[in-house]
Amino acid sequence: MLTIRQLTRPGLEPVDLSIEAGECVALSGPSGAGKSMLLRAIVDLDPNEGDIRLDDAARGDIPAPRWRRLVAYVPPDSGWWADDVASHFPDGDAARRLLPRLGLPAEALVWPVARLSTGERQRLALARALLVEPRVLLLDEPTSGLDRETALKVEDVLSQRLADGVAILLVTHDPGQTRRLARRSLLMKDGKVTDAAPAPAQSGSGA
Amino acid sequence: MIYITLDYTDLAVAALLVVLNAALSIGLRLGMEWRLLIAAGRMVVQLALVALVLKALFAVVSPLFTAAVALVMVLFAGREVMARQTRRFTGLWAYGLGTTSILAAATIVTVLALTTQVKPDPWYDPRYAIPLLGMVLGNTMTGVSLGLDRLVTAAVRERSAIEARLALGQEFAEAMGTITREALRGGLMPIINAMSAAGLVSLPGMMTGQILAGVDPVEAVKYQILIMFLIAGGTGLGVLAAVLAGVRRLTDGRHRLRLDRLTLTTGA
Repeated sequence: MLTIRQLTRPGLEPVDLSIEAGECVALSGPSGAGKSMLLRAIVDLDPNEGDIRLDDAARGDIPAPRWRRLVAYVPPDSGWWADDVASHFPDGDAARRLLPRLGLPAEALVWPVARLSTGERQRLALARALLVEPRVLLLDEPTSGLDRETALKVEDVLSQRLADGVAILLVTHDPGQTRRLARRSLLMKDGKVTDAAPAPAQSGSGA
Repeated sequence: MIYITLDYTDLAVAALLVVLNAALSIGLRLGMEWRLLIAAGRMVVQLALVALVLKALFAVVSPLFTAAVALVMVLFAGREVMARQTRRFTGLWAYGLGTTSILAAATIVTVLALTTQVKPDPWYDPRYAIPLLGMVLGNTMTGVSLGLDRLVTAAVRERSAIEARLALGQEFAEAMGTITREALRGGLMPIINAMSAAGLVSLPGMMTGQILAGVDPVEAVKYQILIMFLIAGGTGLGVLAAVLAGVRRLTDGRHRLRLDRLTLTTGA
């Protein structure tokens, strides 16, 4: 579904990676290894080169705003551009249906952004992206600020999306989360992506 | 017209006030005496040179020389805009963006005023063209530098908010909407304030100058109103051009926020 060939940008070794529909690929590695850089490059937020395709459509043929609705990126630190939560959700009804599944009350929509906790911000930012109905989700530590019980709720929502055929590239430092969600696991170190868990011998990804 | 000419002794007496200030600075150990005297000296030399240039310029009434002086004024204004930015665009854009906006706005407004309202003969008569341009330029420069500074500062400060909007599939212009409007407002504020306060808090310099030169107050005020409108028009056009060009320069064909096209803060 999402195919990445020879993705390059300063700070990254050329990356080859593909994710199938309904598949979750976990990406881990030390801080500063380039995980966020890779995700930002895939959604085209930073200048980069490479052959990136969604099914058969090349990224370059799709206008960037449309590409980012198909392949959504949720950064670890979310940005807010209005004082109230509701302004960030164009479809209030859909938001009210989704928020309880992420452990948030529907009234969260009327909360002021300034009073949100880290975990609330994280889940609202994820909800905002899920409501765009993207086909691929690039999630940068989506549950890092959550307690275990809430994190499991978020994972349930993500599992549902996987079952619907969405592809997920998940940056996580939680081996448990990797086991629960991901079929494959990649390791990033010094700007280079390698296969992680199954067999270290299976290294040379052609890059 | 009653017009009192000053002779050099009059100026010398007034200069004693600056000397008095310098003496105060020594007495109170402010350490400002030399800077004060040098600044006063610079002012005298610069204005004296301007007087000579203007006198020669007015004598020849040449379109070429007038245009050359006007261009030099615009280039200095552009330099001033660049100097007032805490963060600049990289490369030639640092100077070019503000200067081009000022050049376009000030030229349009000044030429319009000369050809349709003031109508000297010939229309480019430097005695009218240069002072008009000077007044339009000074204010446009302030507006453009404020507008650009607001835009760039806000883009850096609001980076995560802008990129969150981009990541949700908004177009760059939409993601920058709030900031663009904020920058345009910032650039237009000084002229709005100047128009609101005109006559109540401040007597505009050009009008007072004409009154000192013996012009009837009603005629002087009419001139001042015209100038205010020209300044408002010039500032509006200049700020609009500079901010919109700045927004464009901050992005590329893929709707990215290109903060790499800004220099790091100059520490101001």
